[in-house]
Amino acid sequence: MRIAIIDESASRAAVIQEGLVAIDDCEIFVVTDRRGLVARIGEIAPDIVLMDLGNPSRDVLEEYFAVSRALARPIAMFVDESDDESIAASIDAGVSAYVVDGLSAHRIRPLLDLAVRRFNAFARLQSDLAEAKGKLAERDAIDQAKRILMDSRGMPEPAAYAELRKAAMNQGRRIAEIAEAVVTAHQLLGGKV
Amino acid sequence: MSTELAIGFLPLVDACLPILALEHGFAEEEGLSLRLVRDMSWATVLDRLLYGHSDAAHLVAPLAIATTLGRGRPAQPLSVPFVLGLNGNAVTMRPELARAVSPGGGLGDPRVIGAALAIEAKRRSDAGQPLRFGVVHRYSSHNYMLRYWLAACGIRPDRDVEITTVAPPYCADALESGEVDAMCVGEPWNSVAVDRGVGQIVLMTAQIWRRGVEKVLTLREQVLEEKRGAVEALIRAMRKAGEHFVDPENWQANAAILARSEYLDGDPALIQRAVSDRLRLVQGGAVIHYPDFMFQHREAANFPWVSQAEWLYTQMVRWDGMQFDPADAAKAARVFRPDIYRSALIGTGDDLPGASSKVEGSLGQATSVTTQQGNMTLESNRFFDDGVFDPSDLAGYLAKHP
Repeated sequence: MRIAIIDESASRAAVIQEGLVAIDDCEIFVVTDRRGLVARIGEIAPDIVLMDLGNPSRDVLEEYFAVSRALARPIAMFVDESDDESIAASIDAGVSAYVVDGLSAHRIRPLLDLAVRRFNAFARLQSDLAEAKGKLAERDAIDQAKRILMDSRGMPEPAAYAELRKAAMNQGRRIAEIAEAVVTAHQLLGGKV
Repeated sequence: MSTELAIGFLPLVDACLPILALEHGFAEEEGLSLRLVRDMSWATVLDRLLYGHSDAAHLVAPLAIATTLGRGRPAQPLSVPFVLGLNGNAVTMRPELARAVSPGGGLGDPRVIGAALAIEAKRRSDAGQPLRFGVVHRYSSHNYMLRYWLAACGIRPDRDVEITTVAPPYCADALESGEVDAMCVGEPWNSVAVDRGVGQIVLMTAQIWRRGVEKVLTLREQVLEEKRGAVEALIRAMRKAGEHFVDPENWQANAAILARSEYLDGDPALIQRAVSDRLRLVQGGAVIHYPDFMFQHREAANFPWVSQAEWLYTQMVRWDGMQFDPADAAKAARVFRPDIYRSALIGTGDDLPGASSKVEGSLGQATSVTTQQGNMTLESNRFFDDGVFDPSDLAGYLAKHP
C-alpha cells in the first residue's frame, strides 16, 4: 500500500510517519512543499492520502482527484457512510483521508485510527509546548516584578515575593497576573525592566 | 437563554456579515450566541458542516448545489436561506499579460479585453504553452463567471486555456512563480498580489455580471428545520450587520475588526479597499472607485432568488459536461429558500420581493419592482454580453450556451 502524507508541518508529518511505519507492507511518502504538490502526488500514485484539515491546498487536491484521468484515483474518505464514527474522529483530530476506490475497509480502518491517534498525540505535544512556554513567561514576569519591588522599596527578595503573593490573595488573582500588572505599571511610569 | 450557532468561514472579506453580526451585538440582540469557526479550505468548511462541527457555513454558492446533487461525494441536501453577498471578486493577471490585453490600464471593457485575450490565448496555445487561469474552487462563482466571460469572448475553457484551482492565500505566489497567468479570486487576495507587484487587476466580476450571486449562508436541510427559529434570528442579525457594513462611517472600524487574527488575519488598509469599493489596480497606481464591487445589502441583496440557483445549475451542466435533467434542476432550485428569508423578515419593514424568481440580466437601468410592502428599485443587473437568463426555459438557455 502506498501512503502519501501531505502536511505543511514537517514535524507533524514526521510524527505521523513514525506511527505508520509499524504497519506491514506500507510505503510512505511525505510531501511538505505545496509547490508542485499535484505533480508529486501524480508520481507517487498513492492508494491512500492523508492530509491535515488546516491545509489550504485541500481544494487543489480534490480538484486534481476530480479531473485526474488516472484509473485508480483516490476519493474523499466520506464515501463509506456506514463509518460515520471514524470519520467524525478524524475530523475531530484534524486529518482528512482520500482512499482509492476498492480498497477494503478492514485495511483502511486501522490505518486511519492510527493516523488519528498520531494527529491527536501531536496536538497534545503542541499544547504541552505552549503551556510550558506560558509557564516560562510567567516565571519571567514574577522575577521582574520582584526586582522592581526590591529596587524601589529596598526589600529583600523573600519580602518582595511575599508582597506579590499577599496582593494576589487579597484580589483573588494569580501571582503571575499581579506581577504582570507591576511590570506594566513600572514601564508606564518610565521605569526600565 | 441564548441559542448557540457555530458558523464556518474562510478568511475572506465577504465573510463580513456573520462576523459583524457577532462583533456588533446584532446576534446577541436576537438571542443568539455565535461561534465562528475559521478554516483554510472550502473542503474543510464543508466537512465540518456535513459532520455537525458547524451549524451553518459561509460557502461558495455552486458548492451548495453541487453537494445537494452529489457531485464528487454522496448527495446531502443543503439549504440556502440567505445570500451573503453579490460579486466582490476580480480578475488579476501577471503584469505582462495585463499590459498585452489591457494596454490602457484601468478597468477596461470586458468585450475589448476579451477580444485581445482571445488573440493572446491563441498565440500561447499555438506555442504549446496555453494560458493558465486559477480559480479558488471548481464549484465557485469565480469559476463560472470567468468561464462565462471567456466563452462569450470566443475562448473555449479547458481547450484554448487551462483553468486550475489555487488556494486564495497562495494566489500571489502562483502569479509570481508563473504557475498561473491570471486569477479570479475574492478580496483581499487581488490587492495582496497588486501590492506585491506580481499582479494587476484587469476586470471585476461585477463587470461580467452586474449582480452575480457570490457566497451564501448554507445549512444542512435537516439542521435548518431543527433550528428554524435561530436561523431566522440570524438572518435578521445579518441584515442589521449589512446595514452597518455599507455605511461609510463604519468602514474603517469594520475593516479593523475583519483584519483581526481570529478573522482574516490581514492588513486593515487592504481590507478597507474592498469594504469601500475602492481598489488599487496596479502597484503604485491610484485607488479607483468602482461602485458595487461588493454588494452586501441594498436592493434586498441577501434575498435568495431561485433564479440564481437555477443559473448556477445551468453553469454546472455546461462546465461539468452533465446532461440537463429537469429533476436535478428542480433539486438545485430548491436549495435556495426565499420562504425562510421572508418568514424571518416579515414585519420588520425590510424590503421583501413579491416574486421568488426573476429574469436575470433583464434590467438595463433602474427599475421599480413590487415588494410585499410596496415597491423597491432594482438597478441594472445585466451580463456584459447582454445575455438574458429566463428561468422558465433552462434548456433553451443551455442550447444557446453550449
